[in-house]
Amino acid sequence: MSALSSNWDRRSVLRAAAGLAALGPLAACGSNNGRSGGGSSGKELVQYFHAYGEAGTEQAIKKYAKAYDKAQVTTQWITGSDFESKLFASLLTKNAPDLFEFHPQIQLVKSGQVADLSDIIDPVKDDFNPADIASHTVDGKIYGVRMIDDPQFFFYRPSLLEKAGVKVPTTLDELVEAAAKLTTGKVKGLFIGNDLHAVINPLIWSAGADTLDANNQIAYHTEGVKEGLKKMRGLFTSGHLLLDAPADYWDPSAINQGLCAIQFCGMWAMPQMQQALGDDIGVFAFPKVTDSGKPSVYNGGWSMFVNAKGKNVDLAKEYVKWLWIDQKKYQEDWSLSYGFHIPPRSSLAASATKLKSDLPAEGVKLFGEYGHFDNIGWTQSMITALEDVFANCVRKDGDPEAALDKADQTVNRELKKLFG
Amino acid sequence: MSTTTSRGVSHPAPAKAASARPRRGLRGGATFNFWLFTGPFLIGLLVFVYVPIGWSLWLSFFEARFTVTPDKFVGFDNYRQMLENSNFTGSLVTFTVFAAFIVPLTWALSLGLALLVNRLRFMRAFFRSVFFLPTACSYVAASLIWKMSIFSGVRFGLMNTVLGWFGVENIAWLANPDPPWYWLVIVSARLWLQAGFYMILFLAALQNIPPELYEAAAIDGAGPGWQTFRHITLPQLRATSTAVILLLLVAAYQAFDEFFNLLSKTTWGRPPLVELYYTALGQAQDYGAGSAGAVILTLLICMVTLLQGKFMGFGRGEEAE
Repeated sequence: MSALSSNWDRRSVLRAAAGLAALGPLAACGSNNGRSGGGSSGKELVQYFHAYGEAGTEQAIKKYAKAYDKAQVTTQWITGSDFESKLFASLLTKNAPDLFEFHPQIQLVKSGQVADLSDIIDPVKDDFNPADIASHTVDGKIYGVRMIDDPQFFFYRPSLLEKAGVKVPTTLDELVEAAAKLTTGKVKGLFIGNDLHAVINPLIWSAGADTLDANNQIAYHTEGVKEGLKKMRGLFTSGHLLLDAPADYWDPSAINQGLCAIQFCGMWAMPQMQQALGDDIGVFAFPKVTDSGKPSVYNGGWSMFVNAKGKNVDLAKEYVKWLWIDQKKYQEDWSLSYGFHIPPRSSLAASATKLKSDLPAEGVKLFGEYGHFDNIGWTQSMITALEDVFANCVRKDGDPEAALDKADQTVNRELKKLFG
Repeated sequence: MSTTTSRGVSHPAPAKAASARPRRGLRGGATFNFWLFTGPFLIGLLVFVYVPIGWSLWLSFFEARFTVTPDKFVGFDNYRQMLENSNFTGSLVTFTVFAAFIVPLTWALSLGLALLVNRLRFMRAFFRSVFFLPTACSYVAASLIWKMSIFSGVRFGLMNTVLGWFGVENIAWLANPDPPWYWLVIVSARLWLQAGFYMILFLAALQNIPPELYEAAAIDGAGPGWQTFRHITLPQLRATSTAVILLLLVAAYQAFDEFFNLLSKTTWGRPPLVELYYTALGQAQDYGAGSAGAVILTLLICMVTLLQGKFMGFGRGEEAE
């Protein structure tokens, strides 16, 4: 310290400080923090979106944001496959987004990361699909505004099925059999993603089980699910599955490029498939796994949440209300102009003519008839636990009972932390 | 960006102050100059290395989910959870297997390349650069190329196309862990990326071997080729080999990029860093358990380093040999 005071007089310190201050704005220009400075109204919001695959989606989200005049809204379009990780990590920092899209998961509520949006949703609550309200509600408070519902099911090429003499499968056994018959030298029978994890929930539901029961206890550990896992193992090793495709299940490339005859995908990819394959495309739900089971469809989707620890909670809420509750034109554009999504607002769904006929109408029917919505109590670590089950006893030759027991440990520890 | 500009400004200022009083000169400022030069690095070390280590140690005793400022003390609960977690203990095995493959392979390949390039009479610079170039490629980019074009599971993937000529069925290189083809993908990617760098190290060492040794050996009747290599070249490369093996081990310990990018959502083929990433920073966001795992890993690395020092005599100084 003494050396420092001997060499530093007040003037030079001040000079250095002034130099620093002069460079401050320059540094601010250079730093790429995603917030472009100097908005017209002075207020800024940052929102996170995962990268949608359809052309024009990013531009659309930015267009909506630009139309908002009370704040400058910057969009971070997160590419890559682990949106969750990036979102969760950034939520702990000062650079956290003010609002973001995600799925309802209760740990976000319990850890105080998402704001209560009841006051903006309540006035229009009746116009929302009741299941979408229920899946975002904890202790009577609603924590997210659903933007789109995305049912996931199988897409198939009727011409190929006809050629192979295969009927649309109604049981998992028939699906396995169909995959075998449809596999030729160049085409694999079935594609359900490179890691197969997209069908975990449908498999559980179609085996007559559920992830958690109404009391938030484990409901997936049943004989039916075990049977399903064994069948999936058989399918995986049969050589009739397309594996290690360059694009995963959420992208229609595999079926569009003729790599497979049946592909598990989502409603969003329908326009691209229709464009590539014309009329040669049909849909069916995940077939029942056991005799007592029922076909099922996972009604996924995305919702807007407000970061409760952000600097502009009220402004962010206002923006969410403006765009995802008031601006029906934009909501309609978002649901129907790029990929196909089912609007969670009944009034919009009723007027969505694009979803009223042909293939989209069949998708909507599956959504209504067999759909299962998110359970807010089913959190990311539980999802990961069941992914490990699939990895260990479908892709590896593990014992389903042992794998499920291991998942039970993780899930129970998580449940205890969340619900006591 | 902002840090570099601010640093650029703050340093000239004290220099100016010193020149205003030339008589105090360097002598009086020796301590100050010491701190001036080491200070920024020490501060960096403190802020970016020691504080996080301490913080991590502290976190490991708390229930820290979705927060890094926890308040619920749980004692050794996180440690128990990690040690009972077969994914974590399995990752230590994965790492050992990986190191057992990659260290000798890279050592042999880079030494072989160095010997080849060293013997070249023409286009030496060209071949040196060609083998060294992959070092400049990012692990992430290489992994994506390996995953999506070379080892893609579809019929038009490069490897599957080649195998197809011989009538071999398409292989799912990464999705199917049985047989574990994913090791081939991972090991070949890393070999391609790092062999060139170690080749340069060996090349430098080869050129340092005095030619008289070879002449003497020839006079003593050592045949060219294996005999000379075994009794002259290899012993002369001992110091470099030790360094290369140590560097390779360190690199293997730090393996993350290619595992993370090539194998997503598996329970196998995960070295400790990848496993810890998924526990702490990935979707689980359990900083307590992740930190506990990191502490366990640190202790293990310390132990291995001490043992290694004991056996290989690393850091004992040259005169001890």
